[in-house]
Amino acid sequence: MAATATPIPGATTPAVEVRGLVNRFGRQVVHDKLDMTVERGEVFGIVGGSGTGKSVLLRTILGLQAPRAGSVLLGGREITGLGHAELRAVKAGYGVTFQQGALFSSLTVLQNVQLPMIEQLRLPARDLDELALLKIRMVGLDAGAAHKFPSQLSGGMVKRAALARALALDPPLLFLDEPTSGLDPISAAAFDELVMYLHGELKLTIVMITHDLDTIYRTCTRVGVLVNRHMVSDTLAGIVSHPEPWIHAYFMGERARERSVRHGT
Amino acid sequence: MYCAAQRQGEELRLALQGEWRLAGLVAARSELAAFPLAGVRQLVVDAGQARLDVSAAWLLRDFLAGAAAQGIAARFEGESPPALALVEKTLAGVMPPPDPDIPPMAQRLDAAAAVEGLGRKAVQAWHLVSDGLDFIGRTASSAVLAARSLRRWRPTSIARHVFDTGVTAIPIVALIAFLISVILAYMGAQQLRKFGADIFVVDLVTVGVLRELGVLLTAIIVAGRSGSAFAAEIGAMCLNEEVDALSAIGVNPIEVLVLPRIIGLVIALPLLTVFSDLVGLAGGGLLCHWLLGMPLVQYSNRVIESIASTTFWVGLIKAPVFAVLIALSGTWCGMRVRGSSRDLGAQTTLAVVQSIFFVILADALFAVLFMEMDI
Repeated sequence: MAATATPIPGATTPAVEVRGLVNRFGRQVVHDKLDMTVERGEVFGIVGGSGTGKSVLLRTILGLQAPRAGSVLLGGREITGLGHAELRAVKAGYGVTFQQGALFSSLTVLQNVQLPMIEQLRLPARDLDELALLKIRMVGLDAGAAHKFPSQLSGGMVKRAALARALALDPPLLFLDEPTSGLDPISAAAFDELVMYLHGELKLTIVMITHDLDTIYRTCTRVGVLVNRHMVSDTLAGIVSHPEPWIHAYFMGERARERSVRHGT
Repeated sequence: MYCAAQRQGEELRLALQGEWRLAGLVAARSELAAFPLAGVRQLVVDAGQARLDVSAAWLLRDFLAGAAAQGIAARFEGESPPALALVEKTLAGVMPPPDPDIPPMAQRLDAAAAVEGLGRKAVQAWHLVSDGLDFIGRTASSAVLAARSLRRWRPTSIARHVFDTGVTAIPIVALIAFLISVILAYMGAQQLRKFGADIFVVDLVTVGVLRELGVLLTAIIVAGRSGSAFAAEIGAMCLNEEVDALSAIGVNPIEVLVLPRIIGLVIALPLLTVFSDLVGLAGGGLLCHWLLGMPLVQYSNRVIESIASTTFWVGLIKAPVFAVLIALSGTWCGMRVRGSSRDLGAQTTLAVVQSIFFVILADALFAVLFMEMDI
């Protein structure tokens, strides 16, 4: 069921490339010369135990936090050490959803989706309304939800609204932080389906942090596991048979076995 | 250049080229709008050389729909852009009716609506009052229940609030008390000197600071500092569902969050008031010494003469009352935070305004009461 990677012709540079990344807080080394490559058109899952620095890695890639050493390239462009204005342009090139949705609570869903467009571009009001509504409907919300405030939405709707905001500028690259956490299995499956639908239609490159084995099996073309301050990345089939104990426990543990029982494999 | 056009009789061929992105939406639209469509019956779009994102596809769809309205048929040569299919699919979903809960943007001035609005406001005001009374009642009953066992008084929490609201406020309270008594003494000296009654400046400062200004200004500063802090702390906990979590564990949130703050402030505010009285008297003494050349010994003798047995206590007795009012306003506003961070800001503001208002109102009532009692 996992999608196949669809490389975009003419694009030779990887969508995301991390080289020799070092992150350190005081004496605690989170990443030590970590390498990671995500090709265009891939759905790349980042997995790791608590405290292995998944969120730190994501924040570094997004340019929200400067690494101690190493480089991060988005679409072949180095983003570490960029100035404010350049970083702003880089940020228009990707969309992000955060774990709790991070919708602005004083704005309606429609205004949340419009905010990136208003900040980055100059568009007429009618375009803003129609485009934002298009994005909201694209993620499977109805127009009635557009005028609601985030506090009036259910958990699944918040995730979808956050996705609509991430898609506001039509970015070719999407980062999802725990997209299905806190959702019931049915909503989670529906959300995965939505992500795959958009991935198929828009040829997006997607990088997601997730703990949900179902989501990994359903969506990811490749998986990167954070162990011992490094990243081990491989295709799904390759990673499952990796000898590293944590990876083995993660994919072959009790929960994973239950999953294969359920799926009859 | 987003597209090249070629006219052949009644047929217009549009060859789209390059990157069609949201950022270039306005430019692309004006380019499309520039093509004369008069006399065109057939539109042929070749999108093979262009890459369209969703927003650009929406623009193209909009353009083609506009052309169709003028009776121009359109077809694609080669493949139609994939993003266009997504837009079509999205928009083909049944358009649900707009949410009935959203009021229309512009409302007509309507007598019935005005009366209805007035009624709504009145009911809301009544709800606010009854909610406040309800909160006071629940706090009182929680206090009675908690009073039965010493363990539920939460001394650690109370100590923390005494420190936060009292000890850390000492510098600002001292500064304000000093400055106010200096101002009072200076203004008083200017007026009283005309009558040669310089010595009564001391009475003015002593009675003014001890009876009114010391406690009132301290209460207003504490209302600004701690009333807002109470509302913001508890409000953030409400937003984070921590208050619900407390209730779910079986802990009464009022007992844990509200009572320690009230008790802490009831302890801290009288102590701050005594401190502020002392600094105020000292400030008045220094000014009398510098400005009127009055020896400090004479000043202190005069202070002791001018104090009636009640003067100090009349001021101090108000402090615990003000403390309860400030703590109740702050915690109540915090508990009322619902939903959004904007509400948190509104309730924090309300907490400060409300507690200062209640403090001054209570001070006025005390003034009337003491006058009736001839104190």
